[in-house]
Amino acid sequence: MATLGLRAPRRSRHESLSSWRIRDRIGLALCWLAGLTLCAVAGAIVLYMAVRGVQFLRPELLFTAPQATLDQSKSGGFLDPIIGTLLLTVIGIAIATPLGVCTAVWMVEYGRPRWLARMVETGIEVVAGTPDIVIAIFGLALFQQGIFSWLSFTSADGAVFGRSFLTAGAAMSLIALPMVFGATREALEAMPRQLREASYALGKTQAATIRSVLVPAARPSISTGAVLGMGRIVGDTAVVVVLLGASLRVDPTGAIPGVDVLRGTGGTLTSYVYNNSPAGEGGAPEKAYAAAFVLLLIVLALNASVELISRRAGGGVLGLGRS
Amino acid sequence: MKQLPPPIRRIALDEPPTIVAPPEPEGNGATTHVRRSAAGPVRMSLEHLGVAYGRTPAVKDVSMEIRQGEVLALIGPSGCGKTTLLRTLNRLTELTPTARRSGRILLDGDDVDDMEVTTLRRRVAMVFQQPNPFPMSIFDNVAYALREQASRRPRRSVLEPVVEEALRRAGLWDEVAADLDRPALRLSGGQQQRLCIARAIAGRPQVLLMDEPCSALDPRSTATIEELIAELRLDLAVVIVTHNLQQALRVGDKVAFMYLGDLVEYGDARDVFSAPRAQRTRDYVHGAFG
Repeated sequence: MATLGLRAPRRSRHESLSSWRIRDRIGLALCWLAGLTLCAVAGAIVLYMAVRGVQFLRPELLFTAPQATLDQSKSGGFLDPIIGTLLLTVIGIAIATPLGVCTAVWMVEYGRPRWLARMVETGIEVVAGTPDIVIAIFGLALFQQGIFSWLSFTSADGAVFGRSFLTAGAAMSLIALPMVFGATREALEAMPRQLREASYALGKTQAATIRSVLVPAARPSISTGAVLGMGRIVGDTAVVVVLLGASLRVDPTGAIPGVDVLRGTGGTLTSYVYNNSPAGEGGAPEKAYAAAFVLLLIVLALNASVELISRRAGGGVLGLGRS
Repeated sequence: MKQLPPPIRRIALDEPPTIVAPPEPEGNGATTHVRRSAAGPVRMSLEHLGVAYGRTPAVKDVSMEIRQGEVLALIGPSGCGKTTLLRTLNRLTELTPTARRSGRILLDGDDVDDMEVTTLRRRVAMVFQQPNPFPMSIFDNVAYALREQASRRPRRSVLEPVVEEALRRAGLWDEVAADLDRPALRLSGGQQQRLCIARAIAGRPQVLLMDEPCSALDPRSTATIEELIAELRLDLAVVIVTHNLQQALRVGDKVAFMYLGDLVEYGDARDVFSAPRAQRTRDYVHGAFG
């Protein structure tokens, strides 16, 4: 009853579809179809992985290290890949965030000379558009140079291996950088001029204004960008295969505790899934499914936290523009 | 006298006659709006000040003095250069790349061009048209003004009494004392503007510039801020830009009428309103053009 009452004015406000040209009606139908298909595909992935994951995921898989053996009952879990994923994400985002924020601050608040700003912008667009495998290969060529030997393992004959958590993390930071940069830049550009003037009128320098007013106000956007970047790192495979070694276990190099892990090779959930899937060595598809499910959960959790950050910021900082 | 521009457009004021005939000075004590000026020493003097944006002049050859203990109200139609003049006093016009300035501005006898701009702006504070608190807590908004270039010192405990005093002088303390850590953006518009005043006066400036501080506020908040201005002028010089002629009369000790970049008339508020010397001033205060 109530719906009928509500629908009547809606009808009268919108023109009826029958007055549309046939082409437009087909176009509208295609738009609907595209949206629904996307929902269906996303739903299917999550549902399929959930079913498979629940079927194969055992708690002990999360806490036991993998073993290199053909006997699947003895090949262990994927503790090391989980550690690898976390470690690589932390390194990558720890490099990308300051780099992205500083670049965005320079672009928005200074941006002179103009040609340099344009070049930086183009540079970031190029980085964003470069396939991850290309970044990985470039990283490998770079980090195999002698001056970067401290980042990874060097063999007895002096060849620099170039593969480690540090080198892979550095390459990963390039993959996350555009997200952090874009989010920060957008936030700074959206900030009203009055906010900057208010600070200058109090006798503050531009540096103080950036540090104490602008960057803190942009913090929710920066966090969102960083979490999106983390999602990219977690899901990347090419860099792991080329620059981390995609080994089964975390394999330390050197003698300094902690640093040895960073200089050593390892694998992540993505490389674990790849290696165990029928496409890789095909050893253990069940474990690949279980690991893929964990990977999906991590990515979904990251997406949910983006939603949370932007919702929490809605009342406070993003209210700036409303004044 | 030269006949000057015909009325551009007529504006209908709600109660225009009260502008022309100011209330009796000996009148009823409740309306404390028209006060005797407590003029103190000259704080700022403007000597042949001119400002242009590119080739368009915005302020032409303005000379006047701004005294402590007085409220100087800048009035005039839109685009006449009031705000530009105001923003020149703390060199905020320098943020506009095309702005060029000529003439001299002295603060306590020193040329403002010889001062570090950050020092000048601490001594000549400003309140803007739109309340513009920072997206941080109430306390931090005031504390930011007091701290040296974004440093974390002095600590909160040291600043607390100073912040409280600034909020008290801005008439906001009683409303916010319970929770100074609330985000400033949660305050009402009128409260935000008083917070901005507190922030501006916290560092004990010698001059306070106000650019239509009440134009975004309701009548009640406006009245509160006008009372505040009357109290503040005892300690510092206040320059206020206003579109509201009644407000200029209520808060102003001196009134400067600007038109197309010229300073047309400058004098005691009551004289400018009751016996304007220039035809343009007469037209304007009578509501002939806005």
